[in-house]
Amino acid sequence: MSEVVSPPQGKGRSFPFPPKRRRGRAAATLSGSETILLLIPALIPIVVLSLLPLVRGIYLGFTDAHAGFKVTTHWAGLANFHRLIHDSFFVNSFKIGFIWAFSVTIVQFALALGLALLLNTNLRGRWVARSLALVPWAMPPVVVGIMWKIFYAPQAGLLNEALRRGHLPGQNIDWLSDFKWALPAVILVGVWAGMPQTTVALLAGLQGIAGEMHEAAAVDGATTWRRFIHITLPQLRPVILAITSIDFIWNFNSFGLVYVLTEGGPGTKTQLPMLFAYNSAFKYGEFGYASALGDAMVVVIAVVLSVYMFGRLKEAVQ
Amino acid sequence: MITSRHPNRVKAAQYLALLGYMIFLAVPLVWLLSSSFKSSRELVELHPSLIPQHPTIANYTAALHQADIVHAGLNSLKVAVITALLTTLVGLPAAYVLARTRGIISKLGLGYILVSQMFPLILIIIPLFLVLRDLHLTNTHSGLILVYLVWSLPFILWMLQSYIRNIPRDLEEAAAVDGARRIQIVIRIIAPLLAPGVVVTLLFAFISAWNEFFFALVLVQSPGLVTLPVKLAQFVGIEGVIRLGPLAAASLLATIPSLLFFSVMQRWLTSGLLSGAVKG
Repeated sequence: MSEVVSPPQGKGRSFPFPPKRRRGRAAATLSGSETILLLIPALIPIVVLSLLPLVRGIYLGFTDAHAGFKVTTHWAGLANFHRLIHDSFFVNSFKIGFIWAFSVTIVQFALALGLALLLNTNLRGRWVARSLALVPWAMPPVVVGIMWKIFYAPQAGLLNEALRRGHLPGQNIDWLSDFKWALPAVILVGVWAGMPQTTVALLAGLQGIAGEMHEAAAVDGATTWRRFIHITLPQLRPVILAITSIDFIWNFNSFGLVYVLTEGGPGTKTQLPMLFAYNSAFKYGEFGYASALGDAMVVVIAVVLSVYMFGRLKEAVQ
Repeated sequence: MITSRHPNRVKAAQYLALLGYMIFLAVPLVWLLSSSFKSSRELVELHPSLIPQHPTIANYTAALHQADIVHAGLNSLKVAVITALLTTLVGLPAAYVLARTRGIISKLGLGYILVSQMFPLILIIIPLFLVLRDLHLTNTHSGLILVYLVWSLPFILWMLQSYIRNIPRDLEEAAAVDGARRIQIVIRIIAPLLAPGVVVTLLFAFISAWNEFFFALVLVQSPGLVTLPVKLAQFVGIEGVIRLGPLAAASLLATIPSLLFFSVMQRWLTSGLLSGAVKG
């Protein structure tokens, strides 16, 4: 926080009294045993309840693990993955996962960039927009789901009433139960819910761009649009790369929002990979199969991200 | 946007765009708020209005008189408070190491924080469920708190270590030169400077536990033990359509803690949080 004064430049290398300093440094530096002692309280829970379970979870994908007490688990090799490929529900859930994750990430990015650019100007009343932009972040995902469910409700919902008053088509659609409209409706909620993080990251990136660059370019006669393309976007590149990657991971792994909105329905029209995995594991008790699904999700995310990163990096080099 | 050929037209377009964003962000919220103040009769009317015709707080009293919702709220409060205290306490020593050492430890720590984000929760929840079952901790608050502790620790560590980094090392060294022992340095010098950061971290840990849904859904099933988000989600499934008003009111009440937190933290969130990370 800003009250804490940052250390003077030079980090003490130009300190005028070197001998005295060395004594201080020695006393304030951590010894090896102290380091370990300080790390242990955090390290034990992380290893026992995060690292080891994660390794075991990856391993379970190669077994026939089931729910229930005293069930022995056997190595099953690639049997689960073989079954996955031939499971039309799995293929469907990954297809929906892709449509969802890509649409939400891209639309969210475009909207958040626009909002961040507006918030970075000196428009009056932008503080209202800034506060509003943070609200979705402050809401529990379950409440976001409930709120949009009420918004989309066929009779009592605002959307259909607005369409009715405007004499527009679609006024009788039950958005979240409609085979054609459920996925787009859910995607809109995903965009709304994830706007704040993306906007805040992009805004921070924009504020890091030196104003002199824009002024110099303006003096040279560059239009707003040209300045955006040649100064703002290149300067923002690392932030854009980071936030879109993180958004994609979050969206592909998303669960709570869609669970509350549709539970994957109608049929399996909004069944994201995580919902499918949750059902396999905790409705049908197929722990091994669900873990294999998790493994497949990790592979997919890793492949998508490396293709994306590689492409962007090549672009940056050129 | 310093110079342009049509400054007024550009300004107008910008205001229009900003207004569009505000409507998009606010409309579902306004509707939730409005629904929570409508009477049960008005909620089933054919042409609902944006502003309640006969505003009533009946939905709020109904929600607060529903024992299971209040009970779930208290469960959430208990779990979130203990999680926040425990996570911060466990995180502080390690955060100090991450902040004050450069090299393999902090690189490994930061690397794990990032990589662990990539894994879907399903991979971690099944083994966790098995471990907690062996320890007889499924369907208990202790089990849930343990999971929240580990689950929020990476981000808490990252927050705390950035606050500690902001405390000049020279202060500690100067005190050491003057003969202060480490415990004295920690209590007299680090603790007061770190206090604001610790408060923010505590609140953040509280909010993440208060809002969490997936782990709570899987790990705790007994009606008497479920947390507020799970209770609200059940409410939607069973009687949400019938009792829309109390549901809206309860949802808004559940949002109050995090809304308070975010309004206090607003400036900090839009300026400080990511600027360091982004420039780093």
